[in-house]
Amino acid sequence: MRDVAIVAYAQSDCQGNAGAQNEVELIMPVLQEVYKQAGITNVQDVDFTCSGSCDYQQGAAFAFVSGVDALGAVPPIKESHVEMDAAWALYEAWLKIQTGQAESALLYGFGKSSPGELPIVLSQQLDPYYLAPLWVDSIAFAAMQARMMLEKGLITEADMAEVVARSRRNALANPHAQLKGEFSVEQLLAEPMYESPLRKHDCCPVSDGACAMVICTVEKAKEWGKPYAVIKGIDHRIETHHIGSRDLTRSVSTELAAEAVGVGNGPVDIAELYAPFSHQEIILKKALGLNNDTVVNASGGVLAGNLMMASGLSRIGEVAMRLIKGEGKRGVAHATSGPALQQNLVTVLEAQ
Amino acid sequence: MSAAAELLSQEFTLGYTYTRTTGPVVGEFLTALRDRKMRGIKGSDGRVLMPPMEYDPVDAAALSEFVDVADCGEVVSWTWVSQPRKAHPSDSAFAWALIKLDGADTAMLHWVDAGDESAMKTGMRVKARWANETKGFITDINGFVPEAVALVADYVESDAELEPISGIECPSYMTYNFTAGKATARYLAQLRNGKLVGQRCPNCANVYIPPRGSCAACGVPTEEEVELSNKATVESYTIVYIPIPNNPIKPPYVIANLVLDGANLSFLHLLSECDNNNVRIGMRVEAVWKPKEEWGYAMENIKYFKPIDEPDMPVEQIGKQKSGE
Repeated sequence: MRDVAIVAYAQSDCQGNAGAQNEVELIMPVLQEVYKQAGITNVQDVDFTCSGSCDYQQGAAFAFVSGVDALGAVPPIKESHVEMDAAWALYEAWLKIQTGQAESALLYGFGKSSPGELPIVLSQQLDPYYLAPLWVDSIAFAAMQARMMLEKGLITEADMAEVVARSRRNALANPHAQLKGEFSVEQLLAEPMYESPLRKHDCCPVSDGACAMVICTVEKAKEWGKPYAVIKGIDHRIETHHIGSRDLTRSVSTELAAEAVGVGNGPVDIAELYAPFSHQEIILKKALGLNNDTVVNASGGVLAGNLMMASGLSRIGEVAMRLIKGEGKRGVAHATSGPALQQNLVTVLEAQ
Repeated sequence: MSAAAELLSQEFTLGYTYTRTTGPVVGEFLTALRDRKMRGIKGSDGRVLMPPMEYDPVDAAALSEFVDVADCGEVVSWTWVSQPRKAHPSDSAFAWALIKLDGADTAMLHWVDAGDESAMKTGMRVKARWANETKGFITDINGFVPEAVALVADYVESDAELEPISGIECPSYMTYNFTAGKATARYLAQLRNGKLVGQRCPNCANVYIPPRGSCAACGVPTEEEVELSNKATVESYTIVYIPIPNNPIKPPYVIANLVLDGANLSFLHLLSECDNNNVRIGMRVEAVWKPKEEWGYAMENIKYFKPIDEPDMPVEQIGKQKSGE
């Protein structure tokens, strides 16, 4: 596998309601920012463009096509889209570079979830015969997963609150975060239940926004003369959609992806984990084999703001930017999709 | 330049009126539900999967050996929903639960009507509460209840010979509150004042109406607003002869791509007060507005466009004129 360089990354603020901003108006500022960072003029300066979004979130058919209006695709560009988090758009672009079909790529993810009722909208991604007609919300699966862990003694409610307290504290240093502040574990445990055993703060907020990234071959990054971090490997694994056949107390697919991509082959200085629910950070840390030497979710993670369809790419961008700034030498980024961590994508990155 | 955008929002419901074929495995399960029976399927390792899978989740082998399982079992995990959402199957507080039915080896998801959270416990026994009327759908189970709850069956039975289930109707309706983007909101606000206002690209100088806040060709934000004339040129057109359900306009009528004077890209509108046989590309037309008191935030403020007595525009010039030059 050839190394792929991340040369630019930008994310918008996580807003509870982006109001009068359409998809183009959400995407365009982050595109302009990554062009500036990479020192390129526009989309015509990269070989491939790929985005991630889901029209169900805002209830606008072909919003992902409208999003292309942000690009300037004249003359026509090579472009693709995944109905997934943009981390999977990165995966597609990474494969293009691996196969020699592109030397550089622009990626972006966006989501305007506020117009709909996201936990209910997400119920419609489930099995259409057995689950979707019951309108089982996305929080329910996480809650049942948390209860299994609590009752098996794998975690305590205080462990969950500790994850939230650290997220809120770390988010104080993240200008894009939606939820931040100093909270004690005791304070958090005094909050009422939401979908038990989850309290509201155990669940990520609903956020509107976008992120973008420019990747390229290492040769190209040197030609552009920009600092970069390197993707050493990516792996994506999926578990069955038959929820009863899964062991929800661990993340088998993350374990497999981590093994395949060699997470354990060296020390991990920083990690950004896409854990939409507090207990899932604990599952993921274990699945990735991370110990306390790793700084986890220094950005606050998605409990501080969750750009559905962009948060996965943001995790990778966060790690890359921290490596570029010299906060560590080796990092791991994780993205997820589906109920109770059904799909997981693990990326290992290194500083230049 | 653009002033602050007015916030224009509207609630709407999006419907996906799906019908689905079930295939033999899901069909068998749903047919059994209609008869108020539970049927699982044997996986490659001999375990009974519930609800049945078409392919084994481990080795992907096609599965076909059905197994009857009980309509009662135990709760493996659960969550309490104290404030149900509108789409949820229960109006009052309820539990989502993973339930392992007797005779099955995997838990299935459904809901439990337990009345109060204190009645819920992992490992508790529950039984299916069958719907009075069944149709071969997952909601034929009207939730589960704690096993000790006495149920009064008031089933509607049919004597008719029923075909096995092979398809289901599962429409999905979701309500959204749409908020127009900044460029669209500015455009609609001006339209309400009887003005057609587009946006000019700072790079290529093309003028877009309706504007979307960007030049799709150059990929740059558009800010500068340009008030456009009521006059336009026909870029293309079609004559509609087919009646469209719920459309108040009686065919035949003309729909045209129109380029407003000063704009560079066309939009769709109606052409009327014209001889349909004489509509042509390059024809000059102008907007016919509704009375002012009927104006709203919509393109319907313009009833239609009608021909005017001006010479046709040569095809190669349509949309090519740069108003800023």
